[in-house]
Amino acid sequence: MANKIINNGLSAFILVIWMGINIFLFVWFYLFYDLGDQFFYTRHLLGSALAWARAPAAVLNFNCMLVLLPVCRNLLSLIRGSFMCCGRTIRKQLDKNLSFHKLVAYMIALMTAVHVIAHLLNVEWYNNSRLGVYDKLSTALSDLEDTENTTYLNPIRKTDIDPQQIPTYLVFTTIAGLTGVIITLALILIITSSMEVIRRSYFEVFWYTHHLFIIFFAGLVFHGAGRIVRSQQTTDPPHNFTFCKDRTDDWGRIPECPIPQFAGGFPQTWMWVIAPMVLYLCERLLRFIRYMQTVTYRKIVMRPSKVLELQLVKSGFKMEVGQYVFLNCPAISQLEWHPFTMTSAPEEDFLSVHIRSAGDWTDKLIDIMQKLPEGAQGPKMGVDGPFGTASEDVFDYEVSMLVGAGIGVTPFASILKSIWYKFKDSNPKLRTRKIYFYWLCRETHAFEWFADLLQVLEKEMEERGMDHFLTYKLYLTGWDQSTANHVKVWVDDDTDVVTGLKQKTHYGRPIWDKEFEQVRKENPTSVVGTFLCGPQVLGKVLEKKCAKYSDVDPRKTKFYFNKENF
Amino acid sequence: MGKIEWAMWANEQALASGFILLTGGIVGVAGQFRGWQFAAYAVAAGVFVCLLEYPRSKRSKGTSMARPGQYCFTVCVKAFGPLTRNYYVRAFLHAAVCVPGGFMLATVLGCVCLGIASLIYLGAAIHGEQWVPILPHKEVRKPMESMKNPPQNPPPRPPLEMRRKRVDDLEGAAYDNPIPVADE
Repeated sequence: MANKIINNGLSAFILVIWMGINIFLFVWFYLFYDLGDQFFYTRHLLGSALAWARAPAAVLNFNCMLVLLPVCRNLLSLIRGSFMCCGRTIRKQLDKNLSFHKLVAYMIALMTAVHVIAHLLNVEWYNNSRLGVYDKLSTALSDLEDTENTTYLNPIRKTDIDPQQIPTYLVFTTIAGLTGVIITLALILIITSSMEVIRRSYFEVFWYTHHLFIIFFAGLVFHGAGRIVRSQQTTDPPHNFTFCKDRTDDWGRIPECPIPQFAGGFPQTWMWVIAPMVLYLCERLLRFIRYMQTVTYRKIVMRPSKVLELQLVKSGFKMEVGQYVFLNCPAISQLEWHPFTMTSAPEEDFLSVHIRSAGDWTDKLIDIMQKLPEGAQGPKMGVDGPFGTASEDVFDYEVSMLVGAGIGVTPFASILKSIWYKFKDSNPKLRTRKIYFYWLCRETHAFEWFADLLQVLEKEMEERGMDHFLTYKLYLTGWDQSTANHVKVWVDDDTDVVTGLKQKTHYGRPIWDKEFEQVRKENPTSVVGTFLCGPQVLGKVLEKKCAKYSDVDPRKTKFYFNKENF
Repeated sequence: MGKIEWAMWANEQALASGFILLTGGIVGVAGQFRGWQFAAYAVAAGVFVCLLEYPRSKRSKGTSMARPGQYCFTVCVKAFGPLTRNYYVRAFLHAAVCVPGGFMLATVLGCVCLGIASLIYLGAAIHGEQWVPILPHKEVRKPMESMKNPPQNPPPRPPLEMRRKRVDDLEGAAYDNPIPVADE
């Protein structure tokens, strides 16, 4: 429970604050338009739809300001860097940037819906008043025109066309209406193309469509410029609506009731969004500068099962374990940046990524690299990063249990290498004395490069006589009878048939009770950190086991669960 | 990731358009707007588009992601055969359905969205895509664990690890003898 509060408390707190501001803005502006005297006549024409349109608009301003911030990844890195002194929990929040981006986007979608519906009603009511469908006051207010000594309230000025088409005409001929339609369309396209299924499977569609945000923000800035929501202005002598509202015929004739004057509100949206827009522009500029910096290839290796290893050198590049970079290869696409977890350790003087053939972009990259002559430099590559919080927690525990599932094994490449370097150099920052590494995999084909890496580590450790340092267990969860039979035949062999490693692959899922029992027996007095990079279901299981096998006695074994979001 | 299947996006867009058309229609009817008959049409059209678009198509490659509870919709939509399978039909159907929406403001947004969906569908159709129902795949019965079954893989059989290295050429791998055979 305490662990949970430590892990999620701050995010919950941030969400509560965000939601609180949203609710405050909504209620504040709702009451402002629903109770304000200057909107008495406007409300007479529109009813509560006025407040229902304006309150979401205020929330939209706030959220449109926020939505750009979480995607400024360099800005986040900067903040993360300046928070070095503070706890990891604060820095970890910055890794949830995309969840927050999505949350804000959902709020924008919801508020847009309310705003649009309310304005549909507003336009219809305006049209009705203008055509004299309602009471005398409504008609009188709508008839006010822009002349020397009057200003209009009802934006519908053209009445000599088919009454049914007047609202459409209004929307497509005013700044507010036209920009509104355009940015709503842009928003809808952005949302439909960022659904999970599109984003995960057809990244290009998602990526290119998301750039409609330029149109969205351009339209948003000018949306308020039409000043279409109008309020009553103070005049001299004052026009008292409680007295005058039933005396429309006397307006301008008796001194108590001069003709009421109206004016549109000052557009505010641009003030909300201009700062994030500038920040985002800087972000894109920085990305461009990063892209221009030279990156040289140290080594290009084709691993089995179509995995490409790139070792790159970039001057001034510093990384930490578990971080990722964005790569851009202009030979394939000028605009696309793709994220890859780094598999090199900070102790190494280069950065490496393992790229698995998984789509158009990666396929093309592998194709280009395969056609290169031996020892040649690859095509120009832009590197942006590193990003993400380092997973340095691993070094703080005497004993670490690392659990990687499927693709989740990638960040552990960097961690294992780094631990090994630190261990070799007897780095004082490293407290780890023993590592248990569990690798759960449906099929190992795709991750043979990782088995290669383990093999290298294994050999090195053996040479130094420290093979007790790392215990790893491989679990092949997808297997059939023929594999099992095959294993039976080769059971006496020195290395494993699947991976070629000294440790034998296990078949099926690990029995966690047994594993935890074993770790506890081997390390009776240690503090054990359990790290998972894998699915949530497994996280829950491990969290429970950690609690179950931790001893109340402070001198005995304790397990701490950490779920890493890489 | 693989080749872009435009129909997947078209489907999301069309489903969203259906909802927008439906919402616009409800607002129009409930508010008794001028020309609310068009709004009533939009309600019907929105519901129709949603029902038609709810069942997602099977992806040509990779895991298909069915929407929750889409099975019975899939069966209904599948019943229309080529009419629902062909994306040209869908493109023109949506283009036709969206037109009356343009006659009143409340349904204009839905109309334009559906028009865009229709265009994406047209693109999908030109790329040769078509709607394939996601049906629960039948249980492939595994051969019982007994000695009665004949060998599935004819000899000579190389060790498994030699076969494994050549996943891209299964045919060749099965018959490849890793040990050079010399006549003595």
